[in-house]
Amino acid sequence: MSAAESLADRAAASPILTVQGVSKKFGGVTAVQDVSLEVPRGAIVSVIGPNGAGKTSLLNMVSGFYRPDTGVIALEGDAITTLRPSQIAARGIARTFQNIALFSGLTVLDNLMLGRHVHMRAGVLSSALYWGPARKEEIAHRERCEEIIEFLKLQDLRKQQTGALSYGLRKRVELGRALALEPKVLLLDEPMGGMNQDEKEDMARHVLDVNIERGVTVVLIEHDMGVVMDISDRVFVLDRGRRIGGGTPEEVQRTPAVIQAYLGTSKGGGQT
Amino acid sequence: MFHRESGIFKTTYAADMALYPLPIAKATVAVIAAAVVLLPFVLGALMPALSANYYLSIINLIFIAIVGALGLNILVGYTGQISIGHAAFMSVGAYTAANLAVRWDLPFWITLPAGGLMAALIGAVVGIPSLRIKGLYLAIATLAGQLIIEWTINHVPAISGGAQASIEVPKPHLFGYEFKTQGQLYFFLLFFVALAIVATLNLVRSRIGRAFVAIRDQDIAAEIIGINIYRYKLLAFAISSFYAGVTGVLYTYYLGIANYEQFQIVVSIDYLAMIIIGGLGSVLGSVLGAIFVTLLPIAITWIVESLGTLVFEMQQIQHVVSNVRVITFGLLIIVFLVLEPEGLNRLWRNIRNYFRVWPFSY
Repeated sequence: MSAAESLADRAAASPILTVQGVSKKFGGVTAVQDVSLEVPRGAIVSVIGPNGAGKTSLLNMVSGFYRPDTGVIALEGDAITTLRPSQIAARGIARTFQNIALFSGLTVLDNLMLGRHVHMRAGVLSSALYWGPARKEEIAHRERCEEIIEFLKLQDLRKQQTGALSYGLRKRVELGRALALEPKVLLLDEPMGGMNQDEKEDMARHVLDVNIERGVTVVLIEHDMGVVMDISDRVFVLDRGRRIGGGTPEEVQRTPAVIQAYLGTSKGGGQT
Repeated sequence: MFHRESGIFKTTYAADMALYPLPIAKATVAVIAAAVVLLPFVLGALMPALSANYYLSIINLIFIAIVGALGLNILVGYTGQISIGHAAFMSVGAYTAANLAVRWDLPFWITLPAGGLMAALIGAVVGIPSLRIKGLYLAIATLAGQLIIEWTINHVPAISGGAQASIEVPKPHLFGYEFKTQGQLYFFLLFFVALAIVATLNLVRSRIGRAFVAIRDQDIAAEIIGINIYRYKLLAFAISSFYAGVTGVLYTYYLGIANYEQFQIVVSIDYLAMIIIGGLGSVLGSVLGAIFVTLLPIAITWIVESLGTLVFEMQQIQHVVSNVRVITFGLLIIVFLVLEPEGLNRLWRNIRNYFRVWPFSY
């Protein structure tokens, strides 16, 4: 094996996001307990588990809303455990929410432009003047937003207030806003929750496009087992705050603990 | 004003992002600007100097109010933080400028930004509670700020200039030209009003303004896309207070005296009324609200004085006027909050949208 090859191997093997021994308690309730997982660069990784398994709590720790009681979360080897959410966003982790969190008083375009916030530099004075650099910057970033608008087919909604859009469209705009950040890692909290089959297919296609065309690593929380098993490279299973399984979709479906805790229980879990 | 978009195509993002993308809108703005510039001459030609001066003095008050209302709207309307301390920030600007002008004989082009910056600094400090609390609690915290600043200015002679807590300042002058008469002050104030309006329009359509609105609409989502909400809340307080400080300086030069009684809590409420009646989160709304709230007491005085003599003794009229003013004010705020929370700006938009497709109803 040549030196160049082993380097390339190591780069591919080094995970972009690592979660190591992370625990979080709320009062007496343990939401997440000693969870470790690795997200390979360029992969689509799903986190599944029954309701209350700690999936969203885990995501909230990665994006900085909760600080873990123990454990380390690292992006490309740098610990981000103690950073504020805005700092983590600037490092390149974007996310969407289970209950859509768009800026409802602003247009689709402005929502996307806000996604560009960390890439823009204009200060108070140059903004107030709106001349020269500030204006050029606005136009340059508008172009980047238009690429995303085209990518997600939102052209005719550009100047619509997001508060007036349908549920599926708002989910799509929220994905667009996260993409505008040009993230290295995209966290999606139930992007297909509450959608019908057509909308789910659209969203799954968007997620795949994001992953393949834009090379963004995706971490997905999703309840639809069909979608999860179809598009994921890796699946991690949580139950009552603990990790009970992980691996390729095929491996996970064969793990007895997973079948017992999730897929085989009375909730059924879907189409597998 | 009334215009339609059909047949106008934009081919660049720059054209689409212009403040007034349509040629006819640009023309409208130019016509309004010309009318505003010519107004004093028209008034001077139409009526005797005394009444022309009277009307100009009212317009000058409106100009000053517009600057303050724009500032408060940035904080309350755009960023969604509440402040009942706006008048106190004006007094900070006013006394800063007055002290600089009197003690060191500095010209207005130094005292004006200095007053604004000092108010911005104090405003950011008063805004610190906004990092932890929202809504009603923040209102109380800023109310405390208002009272503390009011008390301090009133009780520290080094700031207030002695027992009357007032400092006389010379009229502003530039290159030996002194702005003395109402007509001259009109142009002095007009310059700063135009500056404030353009700066606000630009601010709210660019990176900073979008971040403010993001905090108003969804502070959690704002943080997640990389907006440091602590920093931007304080920035909103600072910018808003800068406007307030400048308002205080302008008012001081207009009156020729800095007096804490001009910046009491009632004035804070007046400014809140302006942006609620005019329209929260709207530049045009700030302007309309400032005009409306400035003219309202004058209109009430005029009505009560001409009709009230039928009912009241002449000596009581002043008393009645001030009470009617307060009642009308409260009533109007309630009416607007219930019937048209987006204020005069929304009413205007409704009218405009109606004529945009007129005579069709779709």
